[in-house]
Amino acid sequence: MTFAGPDSVIAKFGRFALFLGRLVGGTPFVLRRPRLWIEQIHMSGALSLVIIMLSGLFVGMVLGLQGYDLLRRFGSTESLGTAAALGLLRELGPVITALLFAGRAGTAITSEIGLMLATDQLAAMEMMAVDPVRRICAPRFLGGVAAMPFLAAIFSTIGIYGSHLVGVTLMGVDAGQFWSQMRGAVEFRDVFEGVVKSFAFGVACSAIAVFEGYHAVPTAEGVGRATTRTVVTSSVAILAIDYMLTAVLL
Amino acid sequence: MPPSAVVLFEDVGYRVGGRAVLGNLNLSIARGRVTAIMGPSGTGKTTLLRLLTGQIQPTEGQVTVDGRNLGQLDRDGLYALRRNMGMLFQNGALLTDLSVYENVAFPLREHTDLPEALIRRIVLMKLESVGLRGAAGLMPAELSGGMARRVALARAIVMDPQILIYDEPFAGLDPIALGMVLKLIRELNQTLGITSIVVSHDVHVIEQLADDAVLLSGGGIAAVGSPADLARNPDPAVRQFMSGSAEGPVPFHYPAADIKADLLGGAP
Repeated sequence: MTFAGPDSVIAKFGRFALFLGRLVGGTPFVLRRPRLWIEQIHMSGALSLVIIMLSGLFVGMVLGLQGYDLLRRFGSTESLGTAAALGLLRELGPVITALLFAGRAGTAITSEIGLMLATDQLAAMEMMAVDPVRRICAPRFLGGVAAMPFLAAIFSTIGIYGSHLVGVTLMGVDAGQFWSQMRGAVEFRDVFEGVVKSFAFGVACSAIAVFEGYHAVPTAEGVGRATTRTVVTSSVAILAIDYMLTAVLL
Repeated sequence: MPPSAVVLFEDVGYRVGGRAVLGNLNLSIARGRVTAIMGPSGTGKTTLLRLLTGQIQPTEGQVTVDGRNLGQLDRDGLYALRRNMGMLFQNGALLTDLSVYENVAFPLREHTDLPEALIRRIVLMKLESVGLRGAAGLMPAELSGGMARRVALARAIVMDPQILIYDEPFAGLDPIALGMVLKLIRELNQTLGITSIVVSHDVHVIEQLADDAVLLSGGGIAAVGSPADLARNPDPAVRQFMSGSAEGPVPFHYPAADIKADLLGGAP
């Protein structure tokens, strides 16, 4: 393990920014070939649905229990719907979805691109005058960016039903109060905050996954390390961006 | 540039971290001929190919292909040049998520708007020429190493390039496939006038195939000429390579301490 000095960290940020520019520059190409894009939305989005829905259900159920216990101390258990909805829409939905996305789809993207690099497939494309950043990386990047807000929305929706399941069905909170308080308190800007966050996380996670794969050391060990870096870097990036966006949007 | 030269290396050097992989290289490759690049492992053959295709830039000198200096081309210019080049990678480098048919069709789909019927005809003709039309529906994982190389060859010629580069095309082929690939390279060269650049260790195959041969040694050129010239070359390093002997000026062993001291001396 070598220590990466501050200059190399800054250099990596620079390379990442340039690479992100090339990815975004590949957007017109991908939009002309929607099939490439849709395939990747399927790979990153549709195939992540099960883990997102299951996690959303359990997180919602935990929120139902914890929220009920907390609110009971203040005698306001009927606010459970509001508490669960705000927590999910603004924070837990986008953040946990992005963390799961990094583990499920991000690692798949990094290892796939890394292996393509190690087996000369990207060099072969270069030699066929096909830019692998446009043809391989950009569709995966845009696929992730498109999938993330929908995954976060599905996570939050299922989470709200999970908290309803525990709070109303198990603990006996009044169903009418649960929904009407939520309707009254949750505003458009709460939903907007979640959408902005999940979009930002989508850009960060997908770009990191593609970047790490494309710059992996082309060996078995190198691809393994790149995959690990994807999860670590994405997770830290998600939490850091979350703080910054929360501070700006609140 | 001499009128017949399609590739020109002028005083080219390439260093990695201060170590010279290639140095002071002057080389011209003639249009429409089969040129072999030979040399022991680690003498910079692959580096030379990567310089020639613009995958890396020389640290000294310049490389000119088809009259264009690779160092002055941007990415688009390089891609435009590469549309006239085909390259066969050592391991084939097929795209593993596409079938054999789709691999061969890949350059056509990326660069042309040809109708599907025409693409199909071209792809099947190219696959037929490497004897693998019947394998069109297979995935790369289902192919043997030799078959993958032949599919990659079909893919390399599907755009009818002017220059074809082969990186070790004969390694690991059985005698039948080798004979077929040999014949194919010859035919492509003679019927279409394709300039062929073949990197290989295989002295006997090169003697049958190549018009010109370049022998690299220690990051520089040891000899240039026809394969027959090289076979007659009196230089001991050239003789050693052409006859395949471990004894001679080119060391077979990587530099090491005395074997007796190493074996009896305990842990390193």
